[in-house]
Amino acid sequence: MAANEYVVRTKDLVKEYTMGDQVLKALNGVNLDVYRGEYISIMGPSGSGKSTLFNAIGGLDKPSGGSVFINDVDMAQLDAQELAYLRCHTIGYIFQTFNLIPVMTALENVTLPTVFAGMGTDEGVERGIELLNLVGLGERLHHKPSELSGGQQQRVAIARSLANNPSIVLADEPTGNLDLNTGKEIIELLKTLNREQGVTIISATHDLKMLDVSDRIVWIRDGQIAKIEDRADLDIRIGEMEGEDAGGH
Amino acid sequence: MSVSGPKDTRSGGHVRRQVQLPFSKAVEIAFKSIKIRFWRSIITAAGIFLGIAFFTSVRMSGEFTTIQRHVIEQKKAAIAAGTLRPTAEDIRQVNSLEANAAEERSAAMRLRWLSIMALIVCTVGITNAMLMSVTERYKEIGTMKCLGALDSLVVKLFFIEACFLGFVASALGFVLGWAVISVIRVFTDGTEVFGGPYWVATLNLLGVSVAIGTVLTFVATILPAMRAAEMPPAAALRVEI
Repeated sequence: MAANEYVVRTKDLVKEYTMGDQVLKALNGVNLDVYRGEYISIMGPSGSGKSTLFNAIGGLDKPSGGSVFINDVDMAQLDAQELAYLRCHTIGYIFQTFNLIPVMTALENVTLPTVFAGMGTDEGVERGIELLNLVGLGERLHHKPSELSGGQQQRVAIARSLANNPSIVLADEPTGNLDLNTGKEIIELLKTLNREQGVTIISATHDLKMLDVSDRIVWIRDGQIAKIEDRADLDIRIGEMEGEDAGGH
Repeated sequence: MSVSGPKDTRSGGHVRRQVQLPFSKAVEIAFKSIKIRFWRSIITAAGIFLGIAFFTSVRMSGEFTTIQRHVIEQKKAAIAAGTLRPTAEDIRQVNSLEANAAEERSAAMRLRWLSIMALIVCTVGITNAMLMSVTERYKEIGTMKCLGALDSLVVKLFFIEACFLGFVASALGFVLGWAVISVIRVFTDGTEVFGGPYWVATLNLLGVSVAIGTVLTFVATILPAMRAAEMPPAAALRVEI
């Protein structure tokens, strides 16, 4: 059944921003199919439309045209409560700026999605501890984000994204605020989760370290897909790029 | 340890609806939120507290002047009717009431202006405190929506927080404003004015002060919170303050 094959599909996706009397097309007809269990990287320079695509796929922003299908459901047809269910249960989000709630401890941050899902407190806490152990922060359950390093905060965010067993984890520049080695660790962690938990990972990034772990790479330019490459076809030698900041705005 | 894999969402073409958390759960989360940002909540509440304390003190001064005037007028009537043998102090009071009628009127006018100013200061203070406390949490609202919070839950959380903070802080603010002015009056005017009308005025002012404080807090919180909750999460996350 086709429903099993794709976890995310976009069809002629368009997003326009109006700036004064100018209309800016951040996305201009994007057609993308993401297989279940895949690790896919959306690559492109700043302003290419990566984050806009991320927001549209994640249901965080409404596209101006076209559709996004999550598990064969057209997101535009969903009402607020169904959309909230999707964000709570089906999709996990990871951001460049971590977006942890500063006044809450690591454990409280990870437990929050289970509260919204209506899970009992004890069960939620148990789940939170389990996930923080999984990302290697079992010793820092009761630390606030300000008491954690950037890499550790991103680990908390990853644990939080998994709280309700999503089938998709969306990551927007997850290594953007991290140094080279910490970034590598985070990428490794995402890859491990992808392999061992079977979570589909969709990552918007311009970090070339991501190429190494991705099953497919989607290159975006000026709001359109420039090309899609399979990992196997890539002839870039990642080793040569280490040590230089592949970012660059 | 096993972490279960993704749940089966492959049914296709159907998404369930997010659960509505019961109100008691929202109360629990809201109170936890006040508690974990305790000092921030105290500072926010201090804005309301001081605004209402100032408003109450000005209004209470006004009430005292009215009551005192009333007391003296009653004395005057009693003296005229021959039921009261006036002391020297009573005569002085009655005379000054007549002599200073014009001045008293302009004093009442000044007091009315001061009351209006107090109300404006208190409105600005509360609105400012609550607007700050909401806008600094826009990102948090966006994050909560990403994690599956319904708009209605976000609004409910701020509603509960605003009502609680507004009510408690205005009640305490009233107590401060009322107590300070009352104590001062004991020393300047004696205990003569602390009769029935005084308590009536106190209760009236308690109602007015707490109502103003709570309503202002509520409006200043809930309007921006609703705006943030209705925003697409991406927009709320983008807000920089």
